[in-house]
Amino acid sequence: MAEILAGRKACTVNPLKMSAPIGAALAFLGMDRCLPLLHGSQGCTAFGLVLFVRHFRETIPLQTTAMSEVTTILGGQENIEQALVNIHKRANPALIGLCSTGITEAKGDDVAGFLTDIRARHPELAGMEVVFTPTPDFVGGFQEGWGKAVECMVTSLVRPSKARTPWQVNILAPCHLTPGDLEELREIVEAFGLYPVILPDLSGSLDGHIPETFLPHTLGGTTVEDVRRMGEAALTIAVGEQMRPAAAALERIAGVPFRLFDRLTGLAASDALIGLLAEVSGNEVPAKYKRQRSQLLDAMLDGHFYFGGKRIAVAGEADLLHTLVSFFTEMGAEVPVAVAPTETPILPQLPCATVRIGDLDDFERAAAAVEEGCDLLVTHSHGRQAAQRLDLPLYRAGIPSFDRLGAAHQVSVGYRGTRNLIFEVANVFIARLNEHERHANPADFLPAGRGAAPGAAVEPSAVTRH
Amino acid sequence: MSALKQRIDSLLIEPGCATNQAKNDKARKAGCKKPLTPGAAAGGCAFDGAKIALQPIVDVAHLVHGPIACEGNSWDSRHVYSSGAQTYRTGFTTDMGEFDVVYGGEKRLYRAIKEIAETVKPPAIFVYQTCLPAMIGDDIDAVCQAASTRFGLPVIPVNAPGFAGSKNLGNKLGGEALLDHVVGTMEPEFTTDCDINLIGEYNVVGELWQVKPLFDALGIRVLASFCGDARYRDIAGAHRAKAAIMLCSQALINIARKMDERYGIPFFEGSFYGIADMSDCLRRISALLVEQGAPADLPARAEALIAREEARAWARLESYKARLKGKRVLLFTGGVKSWSVVSALREVGMEIVGTSMRKSTAHDREKVVEIMGTDAHMFDELPPREMYRMLKESKADVMLSGGRSQFVALKAKTPWVEINQERHHAYAGYDGIVNLVAEIDKALHNPIWAQVKTPAPWDLQEGADEGESAFADQELRHG
Repeated sequence: MAEILAGRKACTVNPLKMSAPIGAALAFLGMDRCLPLLHGSQGCTAFGLVLFVRHFRETIPLQTTAMSEVTTILGGQENIEQALVNIHKRANPALIGLCSTGITEAKGDDVAGFLTDIRARHPELAGMEVVFTPTPDFVGGFQEGWGKAVECMVTSLVRPSKARTPWQVNILAPCHLTPGDLEELREIVEAFGLYPVILPDLSGSLDGHIPETFLPHTLGGTTVEDVRRMGEAALTIAVGEQMRPAAAALERIAGVPFRLFDRLTGLAASDALIGLLAEVSGNEVPAKYKRQRSQLLDAMLDGHFYFGGKRIAVAGEADLLHTLVSFFTEMGAEVPVAVAPTETPILPQLPCATVRIGDLDDFERAAAAVEEGCDLLVTHSHGRQAAQRLDLPLYRAGIPSFDRLGAAHQVSVGYRGTRNLIFEVANVFIARLNEHERHANPADFLPAGRGAAPGAAVEPSAVTRH
Repeated sequence: MSALKQRIDSLLIEPGCATNQAKNDKARKAGCKKPLTPGAAAGGCAFDGAKIALQPIVDVAHLVHGPIACEGNSWDSRHVYSSGAQTYRTGFTTDMGEFDVVYGGEKRLYRAIKEIAETVKPPAIFVYQTCLPAMIGDDIDAVCQAASTRFGLPVIPVNAPGFAGSKNLGNKLGGEALLDHVVGTMEPEFTTDCDINLIGEYNVVGELWQVKPLFDALGIRVLASFCGDARYRDIAGAHRAKAAIMLCSQALINIARKMDERYGIPFFEGSFYGIADMSDCLRRISALLVEQGAPADLPARAEALIAREEARAWARLESYKARLKGKRVLLFTGGVKSWSVVSALREVGMEIVGTSMRKSTAHDREKVVEIMGTDAHMFDELPPREMYRMLKESKADVMLSGGRSQFVALKAKTPWVEINQERHHAYAGYDGIVNLVAEIDKALHNPIWAQVKTPAPWDLQEGADEGESAFADQELRHG
């Protein structure tokens, strides 16, 4: 059980948090032939777009209602109308994910009402679904926006159904799973003879492939028809607490029961998933996964030497933080610093002493204050400045990861993904160990409190240092 | 907000702007504000523009007053370099929550300023207004003034909320903040007859440092750069410069013109991109400084430097000429680069198949026509789909553009070189153009292009065609 330390300062320094509207937009980017549309000023869209382009290294379809000062005050109905008509003309997507922002929420635009009016005036838009997600910038963060968008898609698209397709399994995916993770999940579920419908499915749209044509909306991802049919599934697997509202909505609308996994990384979590799939499908666990489990055990045996006793500082949104902190402690490391950008119910359950609600400045200060020193920082790419200042390695986790390649293909779910993660992080420790070997000097081996002060020990070894 | 409205209106009828001069009274009154099209707009907002213009001031704290989106989604993403202080890379924001929206964000802003003043102790704090607090009526001018008095340091309000307009307008609004609150508030430690300002140079990936040695060599001191690698002090004492060069097209034309009006600092528009343009800048600034009382031998010394540097640059470019001759370039940028880069690339024998004129002024257009001899290659809009088609049909060998259209080129399997603000290589001055050409050469001649265009084994036709033999070759090598 973790104690929650809430921040009291007025100024956020080096933000960890990103905004809810772009979290929602990313969820819509996991939909096929979709164009997310932010209802706000054009900067809201531009910043989100640049962020995703840098992370995924892909073209990102994302539009804006381009609100001005005047239209904000007068209300945005005309802008939404024009945007829908223009997008229909230029891109003709199957789905528009309309997300509000801070100004249009503060103004109180009645977007649902606007949409009814607009639909009545523009019958030509009939073939284009519009799902509205209220995402005021000033409430919650990226994870909350994503969760809200998925919930809104479920409530506005899923068809109530009495019929059950026993081999169909819905997977509600959280924002911290990569396209690579989703590919892995799909493969696992299919190996049991089940048919997965993943919502949203970034592995279809942002997995870095070369499409045959160029269109101004997403190419690949969950189709609107897939979502409508989610009501016919035998079961919903929801990943991460952020997916609970969407899973509950699906159960309410179509009676599909759900099982929530708070994470899919780690031996126990992977066992639970494989066990459930065997049970639902009635099939035996495929030999491949028996082998993978055995490989994971071996990776844990090989890896635990490097994790044991390590002190790792982790910052990230609640579900990702929960996944990472659990994983590190299961491998024998300690997490003296855990920072989340927003308060959520799962945080007290984290297996560490405290969870701080704060920013990357809090993260950096707390890591610097750990008495025996931290060994590793884990957060998104914005942790790079802190890592430099503290002279610590940074393992990048979460969005954005703009200074490394392959963020979309990092896999950390299931037996194989957990095995990957063990190797990747252990290799960071090993690289550091090699560094230290090069600079080892006798003074380092003096028992604490005896011999020269650390500063004095530098003198004789200065020649060998460089 | 009416003050902001007035300010914007005054910027939209900028008398220093040639486009505006050419208009009749009625058109001028209407201003130059292009309404953004909902559902078909691209580009940053006014806040983005103000931040781009001012954030290169490296020793001050840049505090964004707004919800998390404005700073949280965008901080530490621009490659502008500092030779010292790193304060500008720290993201500061009030991260307004629901409570602040309901009760107003002024108190939180005041406390945020206090925290920065006490813990960071910067020479000044810049406070950026954003849409949400502007809409609910937070008076940042009043808060800044109160905080400035209370904490004893300049706290500068930057009134450029995103919904005021485009990024370009934001550049100018950022400039206005400097004119209103910073320029002329401090005296330089000393002055010389050869002090200049560079207006609209942001030191992206260190480009300022590519040209500064040239000025140093002539004894010309860059008193203040607006705002690349600038210190607060530099900007505050910039009114003592003898002349200025305005760069980056006309993004900060209001600073150049108003400093001419207020302090008698003459300026001209120049560019550091391309050999001819760089030399032109050195010639013109030397002549201008002599008019302002600099030693009369300055132009002669400049000519000697130009001759030496040009010869060196040409010699370095020589080896690329054979490799790049006749290669077709599609240039998708805008503003000043639409012509300064064009002339540079033609210098090495490349052919320009198109250059975009987005964000470009009438003057920029004239320059392109002057260089190309025709306007046939200019286009205003090039939708991504069209761009993709052009590249897919091999209408160009290489595209130069900003990061936004990077993947259009790459997905069309076309070499691409980044030239906008996210670029990682410095392209200014005599060394910069050689860097640019080297990057184009590297991109064009990378062996991956041939590989990524080979058909997949399952797409091969029956019978022996080119692709199959390539596949067979590969098999042999691997076998």
